[in-house]
Amino acid sequence: MTTLDHLRNRDAVLRMSELEAEQRAAVVDPDDERMIINMGPQHPSTHGVLRVTMELQGETVLRSKPIIGYLHTGMEKTAEDLTFLQGPTNVTRMDYAAPLFTELTFSLAVEALLEIELPERATWIRMLMCELNRMSSHLLFLATNGMDLGAVGMMIYGWREREEILRFFEKVTGLRMNHNYIRPGGVAADLSDGWREDIQDILNVLPKRLEQFDVLMTGQPIWRERTQGIGVITTDEALALGATGPILRSTGYAWDLRRAMPYLAYDEVDFDIVVGTYGDTFDRYAIRLNEIRESMRIVEQCLERMPEGPYRVQDRKVTPPPRARIDESMEALIHHFKIFTEGFKVPPGEVYTAVESPRGELGCYLVSDGGPKPQRMHIRAPSFANLQTLPHMMHGGFLADAIAVISSIDPIMGEVDR
Amino acid sequence: MSESRSSLDETTEHHEDRADDSERLHGALLTSSRGQIVLHPSSESYHGLIELLMGEGYNVCVDLCGADHLGNETRVLPSAIEPERFELVVNLLDVSARRRIRIRVQISETNPFVATISDIHPGAEAMERETNDMFGVCFEGHPDPTPILLPDGWEGHPLRKDFAMGRIPVQFKAVEGR
Amino acid sequence: MPDLSDIKHKLGLGDEGLAGLGHNIITAPIEELVKWARRRSLMPATFGLACCAIEMMATGTAHYDMARYGMETFRASPRQADLMIVAGRVSQKMAPVLRQIYDQMMEPKWVISMGVCASSGGMFNNYAIVQGVDQVVPVDVYAPGCPPGPETLLHAILALHEKIRTGELTQRRDATGRGAEIELGHEHAPDAQPEPVIIRTGGLYE
Repeated sequence: MTTLDHLRNRDAVLRMSELEAEQRAAVVDPDDERMIINMGPQHPSTHGVLRVTMELQGETVLRSKPIIGYLHTGMEKTAEDLTFLQGPTNVTRMDYAAPLFTELTFSLAVEALLEIELPERATWIRMLMCELNRMSSHLLFLATNGMDLGAVGMMIYGWREREEILRFFEKVTGLRMNHNYIRPGGVAADLSDGWREDIQDILNVLPKRLEQFDVLMTGQPIWRERTQGIGVITTDEALALGATGPILRSTGYAWDLRRAMPYLAYDEVDFDIVVGTYGDTFDRYAIRLNEIRESMRIVEQCLERMPEGPYRVQDRKVTPPPRARIDESMEALIHHFKIFTEGFKVPPGEVYTAVESPRGELGCYLVSDGGPKPQRMHIRAPSFANLQTLPHMMHGGFLADAIAVISSIDPIMGEVDR
Repeated sequence: MSESRSSLDETTEHHEDRADDSERLHGALLTSSRGQIVLHPSSESYHGLIELLMGEGYNVCVDLCGADHLGNETRVLPSAIEPERFELVVNLLDVSARRRIRIRVQISETNPFVATISDIHPGAEAMERETNDMFGVCFEGHPDPTPILLPDGWEGHPLRKDFAMGRIPVQFKAVEGR
Repeated sequence: MPDLSDIKHKLGLGDEGLAGLGHNIITAPIEELVKWARRRSLMPATFGLACCAIEMMATGTAHYDMARYGMETFRASPRQADLMIVAGRVSQKMAPVLRQIYDQMMEPKWVISMGVCASSGGMFNNYAIVQGVDQVVPVDVYAPGCPPGPETLLHAILALHEKIRTGELTQRRDATGRGAEIELGHEHAPDAQPEPVIIRTGGLYE
């Protein structure tokens, strides 16, 4: 039997309108013990505004369906009204746990349309910041995952570590979240003074804390009971459903865009892809925990090999003149003004770029009509595709395990609903 | 960093996207956009093409979205393809050979119907629902053609170019039976 | 803590502190006592929507420590909560849900609109976002920022504490009869708004 038949025959997705569900509830049938319950959109364990309707038989989940759209922000429409330079401001608010990645994929798409080459330092700064962001995003996951399963102390610890990284981000980008730091043509500003020491501090403190997490969760029998063998998915199913990131890797398939289709300078750094074996909730947890360690390896290499030079492309068409020039030259002032009011024009064409975000493949499909604003901007959100695996993972499991499964997918609703 | 890019208004200088009509793959025109392979099937042959590509190894439907080209006069298309208002853009991925391919299908404004590919790629189900919400493109044979991002009973398709961008009054409904 | 000594004075507690309770009679206006108690035990509902929710959670954890104000227990059930922190953009689809949760909260209840998206729609002036949550529920304090940092949220909470202490809210509700909704059969009037207070970032607390 093929994967497709298997997915179809399993009948895990509850395709039923609310009206139908109401009618079902009105019919009293003593032999039928199934019931349909609703969870969310305002529920402490659904990670934002996810709503799930589930068909239960006793404690067992039969069919279910994620209902999304409660955070639909119309960002793709707003993007058509912003210039290419303003674009990152918009897309950074999609995945609010890993904002730099959305900025990165959008900027890469604009640069592909412009066909400009980035200076090396810009590439390495982007890589450094993205890996730090991956760490903070996974720490957020560890915190919320722990809290969902009853390890409430984990909430405090995960946030404590994340705060260390956010403090560095605030120093460099000026903001704790939604940085608008990676822009078409490079990054918004150079790294702050003393950045090496700041990062070294983070790298010194984090390994010990991660070991504490291992004691607190990884090796702990209650944690293992709650996560091992729960929400299992196979490689073929994950691929058929379009799932990427830790969900696909948990099934044992080593697919990571940083390795498979390298962008930035990932082909020059040394790191390992973490894979699981069983495709269960525990594997997805362990992958994220160990990816923090791999990201730290990449950050260390960025520290060693950070090249000198400009941090944005020295192309007058895209990059405004430096601040000092504006004070002495009228032309530079006009030029600066024009770039930020009219924006630069991007040659017609369409392109799709993808990066490996903490949640999977994050893509940007960008169409330009030759003007300063995109004709169409679409973000391929990993959480959006990953959520489709939810009914298949929950099928046949207990209601209490549903919490563990939702948490292990780590959906960020801002990027699901866009 | 080239000298020829010094002018701000210069837009003409760009990479020539290959759009000759000679190359074909499975009967669909094959072009290249910024080094990425693009296929242009007709809306009738689209489902069959996806099936053939699946057999060839493109086993993941990474992305499926629509695009409204109303008012876009600089669209890069091969001359043999009749431009229509809407486009359906599908990005496929071959994980074992590590390659991508993009399929652009022209969808007419008056007859926005196309076959669903959720029978081949179950992962396309949610993406097709989203495209239906946003552009009004209908997918024939879709297992669950309900709104996904927009509230039930919403009128209009927001990502169409003729849908107003600006705010609309809040459609506030009081809670019943309070 | 000027207000504590104020309360102490009103309660008739001298320098003996609580040790003096045994031979003292406490007299205090019941209203002051109630306001004091309400202010010290706000229970926020977990109403995280978007980016701001992450900062709201950060406010609750060790670095910023919302427990200082007796508010660390976010209640998952609206019936146990009396403060709704609307953290994030409110979409058209979410607005009815938000109103339902507000209606389920017990009196007295307060609302903090956290972040520009909740306050005015922010940068998303488009078809999908409600342009200000005050179109749906009455808002007491607006916190600016995108997202507001934990310090800004703490400032907003302190501003709300101050409003509860001075009784501004009670007076306003007495005058308009709105927000409190104690009368039976009272109709909602979301169009008539209470006087909003906009706090500034970087200012001093007093």
